[in-house]
Amino acid sequence: MKNRLFYFIPYSLWLILFVGAPIILMLGESFLSVSHHFTFANYQDFLGSGTYLRMMFNSVWYAFLITLITLIVSFPTALFLSNLKYKQFWLLLIILPTWINLLLKTYAFIGLLSKDGSINHFIELLGFAPQQLLFTDASFILVAAYIEIPFMILPIFNSINEIDRSLINASYDLGATKWQTFRRVILPLSADGIRAGIQAVFIPSLSLFMITRLIGGNRVITLGTAIEEHFLVTQNWGLGSTIGVVLIIAMIITMALTRERKKRGRK
Amino acid sequence: MKKLIYAMLAVLITSGLLALGARHFEQAQSAATGDERSGKVLNIYNWGAYIDPALITKFEKQTGIKVNYDTFDSNEAMLTKIQQGGTSYDITVPSDYTVQKMKQLGLLHPLDHSKLTTLKYYDPFIMNRAFDPHNEYSVPYFWGTLGITYNDKYVNAKDVQTWNDLWNPKFRDDIMLTDDARDVFGFSLLSMHKSVNTTDNADLLAAKGKLDALMPNVKAIAADEIKMYMAQDQAAIAVGYSGDASEMIEENSHLHYVIPKGGTNLWFDNLVIPKNAKHLAAAYKFINFINEPKNAAQNAQYIGYSTPNWAAKKLLPKSITDQKEFYPDDAMIKDDQVYTNLSQLKTQQYNDLYLEFKMARH
Repeated sequence: MKNRLFYFIPYSLWLILFVGAPIILMLGESFLSVSHHFTFANYQDFLGSGTYLRMMFNSVWYAFLITLITLIVSFPTALFLSNLKYKQFWLLLIILPTWINLLLKTYAFIGLLSKDGSINHFIELLGFAPQQLLFTDASFILVAAYIEIPFMILPIFNSINEIDRSLINASYDLGATKWQTFRRVILPLSADGIRAGIQAVFIPSLSLFMITRLIGGNRVITLGTAIEEHFLVTQNWGLGSTIGVVLIIAMIITMALTRERKKRGRK
Repeated sequence: MKKLIYAMLAVLITSGLLALGARHFEQAQSAATGDERSGKVLNIYNWGAYIDPALITKFEKQTGIKVNYDTFDSNEAMLTKIQQGGTSYDITVPSDYTVQKMKQLGLLHPLDHSKLTTLKYYDPFIMNRAFDPHNEYSVPYFWGTLGITYNDKYVNAKDVQTWNDLWNPKFRDDIMLTDDARDVFGFSLLSMHKSVNTTDNADLLAAKGKLDALMPNVKAIAADEIKMYMAQDQAAIAVGYSGDASEMIEENSHLHYVIPKGGTNLWFDNLVIPKNAKHLAAAYKFINFINEPKNAAQNAQYIGYSTPNWAAKKLLPKSITDQKEFYPDDAMIKDDQVYTNLSQLKTQQYNDLYLEFKMARH
């Protein structure tokens, strides 16, 4: 029992200092006006302003697109990887880029997407006129999806990898077609991985902000941009915290929607 | 498990050796100059890439004071850090309206003019500005204007002479704006001959309405990256500071800078000593050192911004000081306006409207 208590200390310290306290401070701050009086005005401002609601919509919409694209790319990739001989090695190659700092990768994309960057050279080679790629929605989503993809592949790969091969063989033996095996065996058994992947991609995507400026040229405005502005420029920490609280609520909703379903057993 | 422990040991030993090596070189350096214990230190907090590093070395050699140099990328970020007071800096470099704000917040040390031996080198027209009357708390470091940089491959000089020219429909998707509420609203207000410091609701709403009409011409709203984008021909026109423009022009000779006719914003970056500075003597020494005409000229040539030091200006090559757009004559800037600090409420309003402007998409 004493031993258990000892192990509990680092975990609870972490939880209190880096999760509990910040959330409480932020909640408290979100009910303070600029002159430090208790107020609901921040929430009224947020919910009563077309600008913030549109920004909220933008954040959710882009996060949805990014998640969808990463999912479409990741699932077949994970499925393919799990059938390879040296799968851990091939998986490592996909994880490799995550070891490089996010900002550095973003700057690399500026070079690729710019007017006389590699991608436009390629387009020209095919005989088309160079395109404006930077500062477009498409390039923003491309870069964001590129950065998030490893976090989608990993959990899906793990869950597919854990599927007992004999279950798949049994499915074939019992006369199921390839599609039926996929639909009835592989997909349900990898559902937890997909959920974990969606959480790992959707939630951070809600508050992306450096990429919106560097690649999106501030043509894509999400809640992250507004938080930065309120804490640094206008010093309205109350409203900044309110947006933070709204983001946390959005995350809780995402978690609730994608949580592991309890097995609905027969009663 | 054993392997893991060995790996961790290897990392520890490597970083230990690196730390020792770094210490060794630092000590070798501080033996040549001063060191922490003798109190001969100076903590400078400046904008990124805003001094010739050779001058810091020269200062260290000349005075035996060791310089610790940190950088920031916005007035607001600097102000927040000074206000929290975790690190005590001896010199920092706020812009005009931030000097005023720091003064109001009691964050500045009043300058003892008798200790400033280089005061006589400043151009009189730069001194005694409304944000700091009689230069009680600040002396200028560099100055400049807000203006238009264009690329002559895509734009005719005669098409970008006033702020209103930016609204020309032929510049569709061509313009990059600096990501700052004051600057963006500033030029919109200027184009309507209003004050850049207006607190009038109607003026602000009109400026916002006019900006919305500009949106189809806006390619991107960015910060320091604009310099890189313009140098690489990514956009035809950029709105930004004269100092940044001179840096871009050095990279790409097709670029030119225009001070818009009819008035623009005039800005000053200033040297100040924060209230909680610990090395006052060293701070005064540094201010005097950096304003020695020879040093100020070297600094101005390295950074490319306009020096407020008339003696240094004389030492600069004619090819630089003849550029009217960077060293304008009085007639060119007689209508120009300097930012003053706005109340929190008004700052909020500027930024809310600015955010709304950024949200509008074509």
